Amino acid sequence: MAEKNFTVTSESGIHARPATALVNKAGQYSSDVTLDYNGKSVNLKSIMGVMSLGIQQNSEITIKAEGSDADEAIAGLTEVMENEGLGK
Amino acid sequence: MSNQLTGIGASAGIAIAKAFVLENPALEIEQTSISDAGAEIERFEAAVHRAKEELEVIKNHANEQLGEDKAAIFAAHLLVLSDPELLNAVKDKVNNDNVNAESAMNDVSNMFISMFENMDNEYMKERAADIRDVSKRVLAHLLGVTFTSPGAITDEVIVLAEDLTPSDTAQLNKQFVKGFATDIGGRTSHSAIMARSMEIPAVVGTKTITSEDVEGKIVIIDGIDGNVIVDPTEEEIAQYTKKKEHFEAKKQEWAKLVNEPTTTKDEKHVELAANIGTPEDVKGVLENGGEGVGLYRTEFLYMGRNELPSEEEQFNAYKEVLEKMDGKPVVIRTLDIGGDKELPYLNLPKEMNPFLGFRAIRLCLEETEIFRTQLRALLRASVYGNLKVMFPMIATVGEFRQAKEMLLTVKEELVGEGIQVSEDIEIGMMVEIPATAAMADVFAKEVDFFSVGTNDLIQYTMAADRMNQKVSYLYQPYNPAILRLVKMVIDAAHKEGKWAGMCGEMAGDQIAIPILLGLGLDEFSMSATSILPARSQMTKLSKEEISSHIDHILSLATNEEVISYVQEHFATEEL
Repeated sequence: MAEKNFTVTSESGIHARPATALVNKAGQYSSDVTLDYNGKSVNLKSIMGVMSLGIQQNSEITIKAEGSDADEAIAGLTEVMENEGLGK
Repeated sequence: MSNQLTGIGASAGIAIAKAFVLENPALEIEQTSISDAGAEIERFEAAVHRAKEELEVIKNHANEQLGEDKAAIFAAHLLVLSDPELLNAVKDKVNNDNVNAESAMNDVSNMFISMFENMDNEYMKERAADIRDVSKRVLAHLLGVTFTSPGAITDEVIVLAEDLTPSDTAQLNKQFVKGFATDIGGRTSHSAIMARSMEIPAVVGTKTITSEDVEGKIVIIDGIDGNVIVDPTEEEIAQYTKKKEHFEAKKQEWAKLVNEPTTTKDEKHVELAANIGTPEDVKGVLENGGEGVGLYRTEFLYMGRNELPSEEEQFNAYKEVLEKMDGKPVVIRTLDIGGDKELPYLNLPKEMNPFLGFRAIRLCLEETEIFRTQLRALLRASVYGNLKVMFPMIATVGEFRQAKEMLLTVKEELVGEGIQVSEDIEIGMMVEIPATAAMADVFAKEVDFFSVGTNDLIQYTMAADRMNQKVSYLYQPYNPAILRLVKMVIDAAHKEGKWAGMCGEMAGDQIAIPILLGLGLDEFSMSATSILPARSQMTKLSKEEISSHIDHILSLATNEEVISYVQEHFATEEL
């Protein structure tokens, strides 16, 4: 299993557009990918799961991946977080 | 006999074409028991597949017509249809409860819709409409109901609908859809915004257009005055064809003025600025040739959320506006909240008379931490452009002094922290309260500028709540009482070598403009889309000539007399 913590720096948090990019990326991996925020854990391959968290600026989130390509998944999603200006 | 309906003009222009009613049949979902769950799931998957194919087409179309930005929403819609949480929940329901796919889909999507609707974030609440839009598409396939898809229109038509969803509007092809009218909606509803960005005439909020007998009839959409005419007479068609040609000629004439300075017939220059609410609005200001921002309403930063915006967040927004305006003046108004504009998280008590209550600067001078945070953000941003700070709802000289004092203290603090702050920030105030207008000569010695907020000034002067229909006739912008107050403010400013602006609806009004010019107003701040018509009107007006009429205008008795006088003597820009 691989995981990584992020602080959301984007002013509007994780709204539809960057959430779309994250979920699309997560869907490319066979690993189970989850997003943990505020004690809740959702499937990062689910757009509605991600949106339902209502993640705002300065939130601390954790992305976890479990499966054969877990490390690649974390690396790929980190790239999306950074490229979309979502967080670091 | 023609039939006229009145709604809200959402996008200016005239369109005349055959009616096309966009049916939106209610989907009747019945729950039935099924025996072959596997086959039912296959049926569900096929419906989802077809819905996705449709969305791909809509997305590509939106990409071409509206740009990637507006098309992004359909990428999100597509993801909803690939969402394992949604798909698996439906399949589980079919498997475990042996119910038909449509009722399973309906239950699951309703669960998600109510979850989003109950979030306390405005943005998330609106996403419920997206889920409704997507799930309806799947349900229609399951039920075998065909919707008239706006994308399938290949004749020149006027689209009439109860409302238009985001996916409907994205499919409208400008080549065929000449305009549209809806039963519901307002100027800021989704369909209205899209109509303006596509530049097709639209009237929203007609209440009953889809209940009219329109089949096969010609319809006229007048997005300028908000009228829809069904089955017009020949004279009406001729009359509106003329209005349309006239409007289009005007538009071309206006477009030439985008990069021109605003100059009157007698070569006097005035500044035409725009009112904005968010940094995104700057684009429209520049496209319409705005010479500055005369009012940046900062309260939008504070609304639709659960907590106060941080200093950093505010700094970024102010900096963005200042940078994008590239050295042109930007008047930022400090927080104007309280009264009717509530912020639930501030837990302010309900008031009997919110317009006369604890709001704007009154609140900021009491809740000093909120004010300090905003002032810090403003001052830090000041080095990125031409910032002017404006305090709202000032009633007394004492309030202005106190607010200015706080600003100067915060500035010293910042300088002490080694943070750069511009040395040329003008500090001014809104004139909305008649007491301030009466004391304008005294205020003028202490402020750098005035900006008259007409919406409030009119309601306070006439003692008439502008939300109350019964007294709405008292909302009289041209009443000489108002004009005399405005004159006092402008004269007082000029006597002290200061400038005076106006940032209410009146500043962009074709009847008010000649009078304000004659009174010597320096800056007119209005909706971005009013700037070019105003600039065009200015070229036909002589400031010097009008000023010789001012004494007479101010001696007229009524609002109506002023209107007729202006129409008789000065050029107005017919829209």
